[in-house]
Amino acid sequence: MGRDPPGPAEDEAPGAAAAGAGAGAGAAAAGREGGGGEEGEGRARGGAEAGGCYLALCARPVHFEKANPVNCVFFDEANKQVFAVRSGGATGVVVKGLEDRNPISFRMEDKGEVKCIKFSLGNKILAVQRTLKSVDFLNFIPDSPQLEYTQECKTKNANILGFCWTSSTEIVFITDQGIEFYQVLPEKRSLKLLKNQSINVNWYMYCPESSVILLSTTVLGNVLQPFYFKSGTMSKLSKFEIELPAAPKSSKLSLSERDIAMATIYGQLYILYLRHHSRTSNSTGAEVVLYHLPREGSCKKTHILKLNRTGKFALNVVDNLVVVHHQDTETSVIFDIKLKGEFDGSTTIHQFVLPPRSIQPYQIPAAGPASVTSQAPVPCKLYSSSWIVFQPDIIISASEGYLWSLQVKLEPVVNLLLDKGKLMDFLLQRKECKMVILSVCSQMLSEPERGSLSVIATVFDKLNHEYKKYLEAEQSYTMVVETGLSRSNPLLKRPVRTQAVIDQSDMYTHVLSVFTEKKEAPHKFTIAVLMEYIRSLNQFQIAVQHYLYELVIKTLVQHNLFYMLHQFLQYHVLSDSKPLACLLLSLESIYPPAHQLSLDMLKRLSTANDEIVEVLLSKHQVLAALRFIRGIGGHDSISARKFLDAAKQAEDEMLFYTIFRFFEQRNQRLRGNPSFTPGEHCEEHVTFFKQVFGEHALMKPTTF
Amino acid sequence: LRMAAAGAAGHEKQLAPTLLSFFIYNPKLGPKEGEEEKKILFYHPNEVEKNEKIRNVGLCEAIVQFTRTFSPTKPAKSLHTQKNRQFFHEPEENFWMVMVVRNPIIEKHKDGKPVYEYQEEELLDKVYSSVLQQCYSMYKLFNGTFLRAMEDGGVKMLKERLEKFFHRYLQTLHLQSCDLLDVFCGISFFPLDKMTYLKIQSFINRMEESLNIVKYTAFLYNDQLIWSGLEQDDMRILYKYLTTSLFPRHMEPELAGRDSPIRAEMPGNLQHYGRFLTGPLNLNDPETKCRFPKIFVNTDDTYEELHLIVYKNLTSAFLCLTASIPPTLEFCRKLDSIVGPQLTVLASDICEQYNINKRISGAEKEPQFKFIYFNHMNLAEKSTIHMRKTPSVSLASVHPDLMKILGDINSDFSRVDEDEEIIVKAMSDYWVVGKKSDQRELYVILNQKNVNLIEVNEEVKKLCATQFNNIFFLD
Repeated sequence: MGRDPPGPAEDEAPGAAAAGAGAGAGAAAAGREGGGGEEGEGRARGGAEAGGCYLALCARPVHFEKANPVNCVFFDEANKQVFAVRSGGATGVVVKGLEDRNPISFRMEDKGEVKCIKFSLGNKILAVQRTLKSVDFLNFIPDSPQLEYTQECKTKNANILGFCWTSSTEIVFITDQGIEFYQVLPEKRSLKLLKNQSINVNWYMYCPESSVILLSTTVLGNVLQPFYFKSGTMSKLSKFEIELPAAPKSSKLSLSERDIAMATIYGQLYILYLRHHSRTSNSTGAEVVLYHLPREGSCKKTHILKLNRTGKFALNVVDNLVVVHHQDTETSVIFDIKLKGEFDGSTTIHQFVLPPRSIQPYQIPAAGPASVTSQAPVPCKLYSSSWIVFQPDIIISASEGYLWSLQVKLEPVVNLLLDKGKLMDFLLQRKECKMVILSVCSQMLSEPERGSLSVIATVFDKLNHEYKKYLEAEQSYTMVVETGLSRSNPLLKRPVRTQAVIDQSDMYTHVLSVFTEKKEAPHKFTIAVLMEYIRSLNQFQIAVQHYLYELVIKTLVQHNLFYMLHQFLQYHVLSDSKPLACLLLSLESIYPPAHQLSLDMLKRLSTANDEIVEVLLSKHQVLAALRFIRGIGGHDSISARKFLDAAKQAEDEMLFYTIFRFFEQRNQRLRGNPSFTPGEHCEEHVTFFKQVFGEHALMKPTTF
Repeated sequence: LRMAAAGAAGHEKQLAPTLLSFFIYNPKLGPKEGEEEKKILFYHPNEVEKNEKIRNVGLCEAIVQFTRTFSPTKPAKSLHTQKNRQFFHEPEENFWMVMVVRNPIIEKHKDGKPVYEYQEEELLDKVYSSVLQQCYSMYKLFNGTFLRAMEDGGVKMLKERLEKFFHRYLQTLHLQSCDLLDVFCGISFFPLDKMTYLKIQSFINRMEESLNIVKYTAFLYNDQLIWSGLEQDDMRILYKYLTTSLFPRHMEPELAGRDSPIRAEMPGNLQHYGRFLTGPLNLNDPETKCRFPKIFVNTDDTYEELHLIVYKNLTSAFLCLTASIPPTLEFCRKLDSIVGPQLTVLASDICEQYNINKRISGAEKEPQFKFIYFNHMNLAEKSTIHMRKTPSVSLASVHPDLMKILGDINSDFSRVDEDEEIIVKAMSDYWVVGKKSDQRELYVILNQKNVNLIEVNEEVKKLCATQFNNIFFLD
């Protein structure tokens, strides 16, 4: 978001520091409204007491030396680093980040009050602004010149409002008269101007995630001009105007940077505008207006988030959710723009997803890490006026010296969103959703919160919709790769499997097998649930894994519901497979028709002819086996010994005679001689045949 | 055809077999001499003089006793005489049912006088034994077992129930048109794709959940079964009741082209999606009677007494529910409002799928084989020989002689366990082929001039390849 905090807070009240950070509405916003926050307060307080905090500060915050007269603190949004500058750098600068746990510390010469300090990406070059006209640079690249160098802004009489690094060596100066885009040449200790643009600037804002700088122009300040930076190029995107709630009375700056935020939500860049409650309109409270800023095309107002309250607000974006903090009630609400809202033809109006709740209570270790054991932790004052909020998810307490990232906790959401369909819509969009979703599934299948079948069906459908989307993406990717088209399309990437992809094995392992084993639900319900899942998979044309069928069969067999099983198989609801056919065969002793079902299945598979022969032989249906193999034209390659063995075991002499004769004829036809070859290992059977029917019964070789 | 043939033979008239008498007795109820009448629980026709009843019962008892000495576990099932045939059935211990059928007669005129020739060998034992067994099954479906009636209210109660049931039921026995299908008493299943089937499953499960007095559900379309939550044996007899009695009774006024009287009585008809074939006629009339027939299922096991609700949607979908407690009018309204709209959607899905399948398989183009297929395992039955069933008759479209050959082949099959194939050359270029593979039986009637055994065999193979390619049916 906006500029760095004004750092040295020595001559400002902590509250003012928060407002100055430009992240939230701050005191000024409330002031403008004339303090109309009572209604919202009552509503939110009740919510806060009900528990179930779904927002939390991260467990491992960055601790830094808090701001005081000799220590100035700065925050860089691009690298998410906190700079503690003691005595202008002379007694040390300590840089700590959320990601890099090892602090960087160094000293620099005190050349006056530091206004702004930031590393380039990758901590290569340090930029320090001490005056309104120039920025100083210091290389942090090993074996490069260590002396500071300076760049003055090109535009005459312009004042530098600030600067932003857009890469490890590219920097943008924002002045009140325009922007200047430079390439830093650390070896030469100089900068090269790449591009500049003249424009009157009231204030600016930078979104490092999307490399977009937003400038406030015109007298009212509500015309915003975005610029996009990428590897040495600067492109001007189309400007747009923020609709102000009421026509301003005088020609003075009417759009404050405090009411604007930029963030990437679901991969798209949005400008978030906090529109305060206006007495003239009939709105029930403040709202956040979202403008979608595409890389190409014009910026459009797309979403309105209804806050239904007034007062001081601050915004964060966490896990694609817009979080709105309300200082008066010390609660926050969240919005998900992917959830259904009220569409009025151009914009979608959203209500908050969950009732307002406070951020989870947080304990601050009493003192430094060394004395953690000796003293009890102190509860942290939440929604403090000294809090400064940065995009997307940073909260800084300047007075206590902590930097947190804000997190969304999904477990409490489960009990707050009672509509399971909506809950799934919500969870499926979250990053760390898998285990929560699976536990919701388990929960809805068991007492005391057992869901109705139609709810269960809705949940399954939502899960499988997501699952299918992934399978399709994966399939088309594989197809492109296999057909070799991938070379012509370098942008092609393997689809990412997010946690929202809950496949059959997840459901089986974590939900369905546990649920069927527990046996607490009536079997009717158990089977209905399994069938519902199979129905849902089929509806999305996802091939059902055989272990799900096995689960169905197991459950039906346990409850002696064989007729039901029979009907399912009859209508091919349980799809054919060899494992399933084998399972059915094993059921024959308790349910004889399973034999027929199994054979039918093997027949349909058309790849299981050997199995069919084995099944028939095991039941001494030697003739049937022979007729079957002859029917499919495989009788020339079968083992004579196997059939003769089976015929002998059947203890039916006529049968043995028939089978023996069949193979004699086969030998005659294939080799011109009815006798068996030694390789066929039928000596024992020839002997037996002679014993029973006499030597003369053997077939005579036919001579031509 | 048959009539024409008879006419050509000149003044010959064939009289179909008819029911002579039907009685039920229990020898343990009147063991002493002089008390024989007590044994008789039901006797049709009732007009028969008491002593004759006693005599006939006594004769049957004697025959059964006598034959038992030769085969203790399987006493006589039927007795052939010149004029009639008697069938015996002991459905419950010591309870005997006897059905006496008069043999068909050819009436000839000799010297101006009618001469009757009894055709002793025409009737098939298996067909009529099955009819007798179904009489019991049907009684049991609506009344429970004989024993249960005795326990409930002694002999008096049993007699009342038998009288009430058989008095009407015997009139619906059409002995002249009984054939092989009566032996099978099978179920015709509606062919359906997996997805539509799963949707129906899902629908039934949800419906049973929201209407929790519903215990079992059966779903039918076009008089064919799609799903049964009831066990096979119970469904078998219920299916017979639905398709041969209840459905045709409600179908005929519609087919006749006039509004059914039921609909005319329903002014608020538009709000309803379907109607109840059992239970209330008019859901809007608070005075309407909400009485459902009771049925008894799982009589060997849990012995459940249920209330039969049959709901028909405006198309051909039937929902047959069984409730554990008597359904109220309130319940019926709820059912109508929950089930009605969904059933309509499902029915159109089914219809659509059915038409797609028909187009894909090109069922219309195929040569029309006349065949009967039956699978003992799931009772699936398919016949291209029989016309639509009506309450009056289920007519076969082939000559009775051919049907008799089918019956004979079936009797042969039932004597052995092994797979068999029988090919019969019948009169006037007809061939009848019977095949038995595992638990399946197939009977085909071919009519081709100058064909030999091999060609007939080839034809049957062709039929199997087109109609039964997805089951294991040995060639």
